Amino acid sequence: MAETITQAARILAALATAFGLTLLVILLAHQDPQAALSALASGAFGSPYAIAETLTKTIPLLLTGLGVAIAFRARLWNIGGEGQFLVGALAASALGAYVLKSLPAFVLIPLMLLAGSAAGALWAGLAGWMRTARGVPEVISTIMLNFIAAQLLSYLLHGPMQERAHAQPASEALPLTATLPSLWPGTTLHWGLLIALGMAGVVAVFLFRTRAGFALKLVGANPEAARAAGVDVAETRLTTMLWSGGLCGLAGAVELSGVVGTLYENYSPGYGFAAVAVALLGRLNPWGIFASALFFGALNAGSGSMERSAGISANLSYVLQAITLLVLLAFQWIRWTPRRVIVPESTP
Amino acid sequence: MHGAEWGVIFVGLLFTGVRLAVPLLLAALGETLAEKSGVINVGIEGMILGGAMAGFTAAYATHNPWLGAGAALLAGVALAAIFSGLAVVLGADQVVVGTAINILALGLTGVFFRALPQLSGASAAAFPPLSLPFLHSAHASHSLTAQLASVFLEQNALGWLAWVLVPLSWLYLHRTRGGLRLRAVGEYPEAADGAGVRVERVRIGATLAGGALAGLAGAYLSIGYTNGFVENMSAGRGFVALAVVILGRWNPFGVAGAAFLFGLAFALQYQFQATSTRFPYQFFLALPYVLTLLALLVRSRFQSSPPAALGEAYRRG
Repeated sequence: MAETITQAARILAALATAFGLTLLVILLAHQDPQAALSALASGAFGSPYAIAETLTKTIPLLLTGLGVAIAFRARLWNIGGEGQFLVGALAASALGAYVLKSLPAFVLIPLMLLAGSAAGALWAGLAGWMRTARGVPEVISTIMLNFIAAQLLSYLLHGPMQERAHAQPASEALPLTATLPSLWPGTTLHWGLLIALGMAGVVAVFLFRTRAGFALKLVGANPEAARAAGVDVAETRLTTMLWSGGLCGLAGAVELSGVVGTLYENYSPGYGFAAVAVALLGRLNPWGIFASALFFGALNAGSGSMERSAGISANLSYVLQAITLLVLLAFQWIRWTPRRVIVPESTP
Repeated sequence: MHGAEWGVIFVGLLFTGVRLAVPLLLAALGETLAEKSGVINVGIEGMILGGAMAGFTAAYATHNPWLGAGAALLAGVALAAIFSGLAVVLGADQVVVGTAINILALGLTGVFFRALPQLSGASAAAFPPLSLPFLHSAHASHSLTAQLASVFLEQNALGWLAWVLVPLSWLYLHRTRGGLRLRAVGEYPEAADGAGVRVERVRIGATLAGGALAGLAGAYLSIGYTNGFVENMSAGRGFVALAVVILGRWNPFGVAGAAFLFGLAFALQYQFQATSTRFPYQFFLALPYVLTLLALLVRSRFQSSPPAALGEAYRRG
């Protein structure tokens, strides 16, 4: 219990420090911190619509955060959430707006979400296979796959998947039957929130209640020991990457079906990168990740309004993400006891 | 197309390739130093980006490319200082800290670029190509040798620095006491510590040097090969540089070879975008990243092992 309280205190202190440092950045960029903060707050919580917007932005962050966290728990550095998010959205769009668009909603939407997860899982699985079969570091391969996914998206939107009028590089809009229903009529909030929360529950059960989840933890903590205990390390790593990419792909499909409807270039405003901060701030725990996704969701909703009304680049939310992460790492690793205790073994 | 046209394309490709190899080489040489000391710094992407922005801003304000390069170097060192404070001194996970540095650089450069509207679309005082005296007479002849000479010899100061650093860093790593200590720290920190080497100090030094070179790689992008800054202009070069280090097997000469190959891959983009309509242009934009993956996949045929303690924080027991 005392441990949890110290942990919470550390996270709060880290957040406060990060906010302070970010205000400093605003001042250095010669902007008005008060205007920035009030625009941020009103965009995140100022009205029922803003609160719904915050919750809407929480959905993709929660799903990608869960995905990244699963990989990180196995000490697999999946930095490719961005690419997996994109191919997930691509697969969902291909089904929903082209191949199966005449199916009824109760079949079409589940199929789209499944296809999105499968595409994301395959994309991450490629990196997982490269790691287990050929020893290619997944940090590099997942990032390369991000760039490749972005070009694949661009190609498809200029070519085979371009909308009928060929006016701009965008996909055909999803039909109404492929759109996730609204959860709070009159606002942007959609059923994706329930899906994301459900996945948080599934991930929690998987990590803490199943043999596979335990094997994953073992592999992350000490692969040698896991091997000695009879765990197939390569297989565990591969399935972990599949799960991880599947969640990020699902996020792309849910965002497409719930909010955007149409695919375009720069479809993801960096959810894959934000996922790293979300997962770590949430201490790689599904419910912690929900809390941190809410925090970053509010930040994203607010920074949009900050850009519109205070003229500050929405990149400020990256700054705050990164500073939060760095400060948190610093707080995490500072030991409040002397770090080096030198015990003389014997005195000559 | 007949022979002469292919000749022009080939020389053009080499010309661009050698130049696009420079930022990869600078960043990868710095990363080699860091990784040889046992530190994997994924944050060089952000350090390149920070260097590009700082270098461009300073060169724009002072009308002096050297001050620009100095600012870029400092930006790289500053980010590397944050990195080593957390990852080396406090022992936080190196990949996580590096990723945070990348996000930080992306955000900071974005915010400051927006806050300084005079920078967008502007050009600054850039590095001119240094032409060697005998090249002027060679130029007049237009022969293939003269063209090839200008491909390799008509580089700007940062380009020369990158290629000169290849043998120098090899000599440092393999022929000096400092280099021996650095490698020992990366292979077997406990033993190095036992022999009186200050493990943390060596690793911080190597990481800062790596940050300085990544910053200069950024300057090469914004005030060297091209002149101007755009958001996220590092475009994954830091990550490609990480692959270049692996493919070059942690050896400066190997790294130079790999950087040259990837420079050519980036150059193919421009060449084919301009000349070919048969393939969609996205194919060429994706090419360097696809090649990186393929190269890493086939590498294991002639694999050499990374420094034994790479990526592990060292704590005295």
